[in-house]
Amino acid sequence: MSAHTLYDKVWQQHVVKQYDDGTSLLYIDRHLVQEVSSPQAFAGLVAEDRKLVRPAAHIAVADHAVPTRLRHLPLPDGLASRQVARLQENCARFGVHYVGMNDNRHGIVHVIGPELGFTLPGATLVCGDSHTSTHGAFGAIAFGIGASECECVFATQTLRQKRQRTMRVTLNGALQPGVAVKDIILALIARIGTNGGVGHAIEYAGPAVATLSMEARMTLCNMSIEAGSRVGMIAPDATTIAYVRGRKLAPKPEQQAAAEAYWLSLASDADAVFDREVELDVSALVPHVSWGTNPGETAPVSSRIPDPALEADPARRAKMERSLHYMALQPGMRLDEIAIDKVFIGSCTNGRIEDLRLAAEVVAGRHVAPSVSGIVVPGSASVRLQAEAEGLDRVFIDAGFEWRDAGCSMCVAMNDDRLQPGERCASTSNRNFEGRQGQGGRTHLMSPAMAAAAAVSGHLVDVRSLKAAS
Amino acid sequence: MEKFVTLTSVAAPLPEADVDTDIIFPARFLLLLDKVGLGKHLFHERRHAPGGASTDFVLNTPPFDAAKILVADANFGSGSSREQAVWALSDFGIRCVIAPSFGEIFYSNCFKNGVLPVVLTGEAHRNAMSAAASGQPFVVDLESQTVMFPNGPAVPFEIDPYRKRALMLGLDEIGGILAEDADDIASFEARHRASQPWLFLDDGRLDQLFDETEPS
Ligand code: SF4
Repeated sequence: MSAHTLYDKVWQQHVVKQYDDGTSLLYIDRHLVQEVSSPQAFAGLVAEDRKLVRPAAHIAVADHAVPTRLRHLPLPDGLASRQVARLQENCARFGVHYVGMNDNRHGIVHVIGPELGFTLPGATLVCGDSHTSTHGAFGAIAFGIGASECECVFATQTLRQKRQRTMRVTLNGALQPGVAVKDIILALIARIGTNGGVGHAIEYAGPAVATLSMEARMTLCNMSIEAGSRVGMIAPDATTIAYVRGRKLAPKPEQQAAAEAYWLSLASDADAVFDREVELDVSALVPHVSWGTNPGETAPVSSRIPDPALEADPARRAKMERSLHYMALQPGMRLDEIAIDKVFIGSCTNGRIEDLRLAAEVVAGRHVAPSVSGIVVPGSASVRLQAEAEGLDRVFIDAGFEWRDAGCSMCVAMNDDRLQPGERCASTSNRNFEGRQGQGGRTHLMSPAMAAAAAVSGHLVDVRSLKAAS
Repeated sequence: MEKFVTLTSVAAPLPEADVDTDIIFPARFLLLLDKVGLGKHLFHERRHAPGGASTDFVLNTPPFDAAKILVADANFGSGSSREQAVWALSDFGIRCVIAPSFGEIFYSNCFKNGVLPVVLTGEAHRNAMSAAASGQPFVVDLESQTVMFPNGPAVPFEIDPYRKRALMLGLDEIGGILAEDADDIASFEARHRASQPWLFLDDGRLDQLFDETEPS
């Protein structure tokens, strides 16, 4: 039998049928539903008088539009409250389980799926959200889909898909203190480009991946889409199994042994062939920050902003010039001299408990710079409760941060957490697109520790220099 | 879905790489619940100055304000999965986007909405960009998989046969699966349930988890 990759193994287990045009009908095990991409999908079912075939395959939660403060009050009348209410109505109508805004299981879809054990190794999982790649950290084929595809999953439990090519990213070496998995993914995107992974399912492998916690693995897979890949995966191992075991929706005790044995068999065979291989030695890596308006426009924090005049490709040059204009930055400027106004710690990339611990470690005993205001938004209620049990909320509040309820918040600025035009933010989210954190806002992406360091310094800074100084 | 067979139109040039879905359709308009009428928010920040006045963005500028074709640059539509980006383009009147590469989810969303994304690279793309600037019409023909520039030869493009057929016939994909594949899905599901039973939650188990939902 020929050798197979992790992606191939999970894929083959889900092919309902192969069409003769090279596409396959892929069975979808699980679907996470949120308020932004689902109204039109539910409306499609109604218009065509179609059934939602397997309600127990879906979980719904409102995360994008919800406020992160005063949650006990009814939502103010307006578009957001209508959108959240619509999700709730649709779920009631079609029998889909809905996690309420004040439920202890509430949170960003990509944080609560794994927490609940809804996300499982070897599954196919989709969501009308591009960061669904997060769940690949468990060895699931998980990918973002549009609203029409959400409707297709509701109605058929399948999607017609073409098998992706495969790309293995081997991470060698070990991270230095103060350098985070966020720096790995930013450096990788800077290297292969924001479309470097298009058409490929990425598998992250190698010694540096084996030592990562599930939280860190999720950060890595989360930003695969920023490299152009819908799918990012990591083979299930003992770390994966330990995380899943005992979760609310994990396999029942009598199924556990069989499930775990199967999950461990999913690893890519030693002689499996990938369509593309990339290697990165992470031991030499330093903290990175983005300077432009896509995640590929990223550089070591100790470096200078590149000069568009040196870019040969005219479209790329135009893009760089536009980025610098939008960001109000000059070529040649040192990145660690850029002053900031706001700090956002949160999102499905870096809103998990470990992220908050790393940020809290930096701010403990320090204070947010006078010119800066910062918010910490846990990725889920369960992350918030855990952080509060550890006293992290006090650390942040004492340092001058605001401590909020869970949601997407200033990652996407669909609620009232947003930058004002011209404001500059150190952010642990995943996208620095124009206007992403609020119309006219300027985003610098970085790790939680780096965002915390920027908050207390008032400007972008290498978190390692801060540690040495204290 | 609206069929796509041939299209003759001026093509609006947008020579900028990495035009992401947040630029095409800013997130704050995602609170809207509809898929029609979104064209007015297409490229909102590019088309409107901070005070609300129109800018000289290409889609505000005749003859390109009536363009049904957009010639974009690399990695067009990268970023989020929001189908609103495609609904807004099509509501504005754009039925075809030509670019060297696309964000993958955007690319697939196009086909669900009768919009044809055409990949042209290298010289063919450069020619498309300069031909677009002339303001003369292009002819896009899906059957022969060609784009004809003003006064130029027909340039071929690639497209998956399945997607081509679906666009040309305006097929309803979901209806097709339900009509033709339901038995295969049912028998697959039975096998799958037997081999990985843990993937199949029952309502009871979910109820147990969620019965303490907030009072609303
Ligand atoms: S946190 Fe940001 S990236 Fe993640 S799901 Fe929410 S809006 Fe999307």
